[in-house]
Amino acid sequence: MSGKRRSAHPPYTYPDYKSSILRGPGRDPIDLDRLDAKHPSSMGVESGVLLAGRFRPGELDHDLTRNARRGGEPLGERLVVSGRVLDECGNPAPGVLVEIWQANAAGRYLHKADEHDAPVDPNFLGAGRCVTDREGCYRFCTIQPGAYPWKNHHNAWRPRHIHFSVIGDSLVSRLVTQMYFPGDPLLDFDPIFESVPDAARSRLIARFDLGLTQPEFALGYHFDIVVAGSGATPRDNHGSGK
Amino acid sequence: MNDETGLPLTPSQTVGPYFTLGLTPEKHESGLGPLITNEIRGEGEPITIHGKVFDGAGEPVNDAMLEIIQADGNGRLDAPGFTGFARAGTGDAVDNSYRFTTVKPGPLGKGEAPYICMIVFMRGMLLHTFTRIYFADEAANANDPVFIRLPEHRRESLLARHVESVDAVSYEFNVHMQGDRETVFFKLPHPIAD
Ligand SMILES: [Fe+2]
Repeated sequence: MSGKRRSAHPPYTYPDYKSSILRGPGRDPIDLDRLDAKHPSSMGVESGVLLAGRFRPGELDHDLTRNARRGGEPLGERLVVSGRVLDECGNPAPGVLVEIWQANAAGRYLHKADEHDAPVDPNFLGAGRCVTDREGCYRFCTIQPGAYPWKNHHNAWRPRHIHFSVIGDSLVSRLVTQMYFPGDPLLDFDPIFESVPDAARSRLIARFDLGLTQPEFALGYHFDIVVAGSGATPRDNHGSGK
Repeated sequence: MNDETGLPLTPSQTVGPYFTLGLTPEKHESGLGPLITNEIRGEGEPITIHGKVFDGAGEPVNDAMLEIIQADGNGRLDAPGFTGFARAGTGDAVDNSYRFTTVKPGPLGKGEAPYICMIVFMRGMLLHTFTRIYFADEAANANDPVFIRLPEHRRESLLARHVESVDAVSYEFNVHMQGDRETVFFKLPHPIAD
């Protein structure tokens, strides 16, 4: 059993995050591989399906400052958020669908369930997506999301974050996570961030990158994502040993 | 390649309550069109699958996201033009049910039962989990190498039941996160570690 892999993810139940108490599975998941030694489940749907390169987002989908304009520009600090999706061996993962969503600069989501008393931005949806290139790179242009309150406990505030969904080749690499910003004072008080084992938390914090920063235009943040799996499929073992 | 030399994984976080914004943006007014919908098209018998997700208190969850992955009616994952992947939320219908329109999958191999793989996400879950949908009306379940190795009293939780419907053949599959009727959830084989 991999200690490192286990320690990367939060537990299903983390009582400080109240909603987790009734929503995580009550029992330990059953290990599909150990269930059936004669018929390794590597032959199953779970590992047989290959999803990389299947999805084709629109041309402006990656640019949240433009993909929902209604005659004006969204308000807030412009950001470039970019990085690489890698497998555990350090191989780039090309053709991966990366989808993001976030609050606007005032900390408000354009979602019917968001009741935070902060203004919506008519020119900002807060959703974007793109596919990684051959080097596993993704790139978004967006607006600095604001912090927002939530009802987990008294005076609870989510640190500024961008939600990420990653669909790589096999299902073992499926990941949904959140990217945070360096130096955010709210991180120490956020049970969702704190649910991650101590040693792994820093992997959720983007790095300010002057190289990605565009003069006179946008601040750059770098955020790499490492997903489970070797990238090598049963049909193609090339590159797995690099 | 063993685990010691691998890069450390990026930790998981909850999808939160607002995932429909990013994962089905076509439902919100914007320039983003549908990319992954609740529909799978391919060869095979058209079916719908619907149901609810129940939390540990037995209440239906109105902000769960489900993704399904499956073969087509011929048991193929890689048929030309076929993408056996779809997603649906439980927040659209007034009764908090989800709904997929798809085709009934064929078995991948001889002696196996057909099934659909499902990934379960929701606000309150810090990490997603996997399950399988088997069909209650399939005799092949009795020989399926995974299904028959599950504890007998828990197999029921993976069975989608045929229900009367005016349109397509319809199956109901409910997910129970906790309790006596808790759905069987799976851990996937990991190619590097273990
Ligand atoms: Fe959020």
